Amino acid sequence: MSDDHVHLTLAEGHEDDTRWAYGTGFEDPLHGVDSAVPDGIDAGELAAVCVALADDALVLAQRLAEWTTRAPELEEEVALANIGLDLLGQARLLYSRAGQVDGTGRDEDAYAYFRDAGDFRNVRLAELPGGDFAFCVARLLALSAWRLAHFERLTASDDPVLAAIAAKGVKELSYHRQYAAEWVVRLGDGTAESHHRMQDALEQIAPYLDELFTAYDVEDEVGAVLKQVTKAAGVPLPTCRPLPGAGRDGEHTEHLAPLLAELQSLARAHPDATW
Amino acid sequence: MVTVLTDARRARHIAASVPDPELPMLTLADLGVLRGVEVGEDGTVVVSLTPTYSGCPAMAEMRAEVAARLTAAGYAHVRLRTVLDPPWTTDWITLSGRRTLAEHGIAPPGPAPRPAPGPVPLALSPTRPAVPCPQCGSADTEETSRFGATSCKALWRCRACREPFEYIKEI
Repeated sequence: MSDDHVHLTLAEGHEDDTRWAYGTGFEDPLHGVDSAVPDGIDAGELAAVCVALADDALVLAQRLAEWTTRAPELEEEVALANIGLDLLGQARLLYSRAGQVDGTGRDEDAYAYFRDAGDFRNVRLAELPGGDFAFCVARLLALSAWRLAHFERLTASDDPVLAAIAAKGVKELSYHRQYAAEWVVRLGDGTAESHHRMQDALEQIAPYLDELFTAYDVEDEVGAVLKQVTKAAGVPLPTCRPLPGAGRDGEHTEHLAPLLAELQSLARAHPDATW
Repeated sequence: MVTVLTDARRARHIAASVPDPELPMLTLADLGVLRGVEVGEDGTVVVSLTPTYSGCPAMAEMRAEVAARLTAAGYAHVRLRTVLDPPWTTDWITLSGRRTLAEHGIAPPGPAPRPAPGPVPLALSPTRPAVPCPQCGSADTEETSRFGATSCKALWRCRACREPFEYIKEI
């Protein structure tokens, strides 16, 4: 019965349909959402807030996607890809909101593909290159705990769209943090080798933590979570001198530009292509 | 006796019976993503949908499918709205939807967590819900991965009948 075809519209191939495969042609994740900016909100500021949070999510999602075909086990590969997909979804909603309010009318692709490294506002911890699996989960723990704490506050934002994006994100970030925390404990409390690798991973992320707390005032909450997890893992969280500079001001490590070059190459080679 | 559905009820019925692209045994109404169907005075049908997960690629399919079916049923003007608030939870999967999932070998979700306002607590030895095996009903089951083929599913296996199964995790 053709009527029961799951992808009826794809199977029929409507002429005005830009989709060529499942999941394509999805151009506006805020389609039909009331885009008005409430009185008393500075639209420029709101857009900047959205872009920074979207940049964190896009860049980390790209780093997580790099684990596809390389994770220790198939289950972890699927987990990291799922987490990356959630973050990519959050980035799409946030870029779309920024485009609605900053007056430029840009779509999500304009932010993701047609800005250079210096225009990105993500924190530097998100852009650091791959490392080993211990580094992957240690970074994911810090960033998801930090983003969760901030999103939890943003659910009370005066902008109803940002508040709704945050409320949805809180549920997702809670299980991202759970996944990362369990792996940090498992590795820290595992073999001599995994313990040593977790210790190294925490030493690598420690200099970038201060930047997170400069961006958002959530140090107490995130600090408590990191303490809880590292204590259970039996690995001390190193104290160290914070690195100067901040991704929120457009100051990045040398690792962001190559990441973006890969991410943006197709869109820049074929600027009018749709997919 | 012939029952004549009003225009709004008919439109709602059509939108509600569209299958979910990733769980085709469920309709959009079963899944709880259909937030409303209204027919304006000019005959425009406005259908409100809510996404399950932020990154759910099925939203575009759902929209296109709803629009196509309503158009085919004679509604010339169809508008799709995205509703983000309040966010979707698995509690919105209907009872009949839960039964259908179980019949298809997918364990339905338990009650979604409702955290108190304030920081979301982190439990390092989480008490996982006991998920009965949808094949044999045994409670002797274990999680193999919290992430599966789609965002909404986790992978479990039954120690009694040895069958692996999927489980819609509650959010």
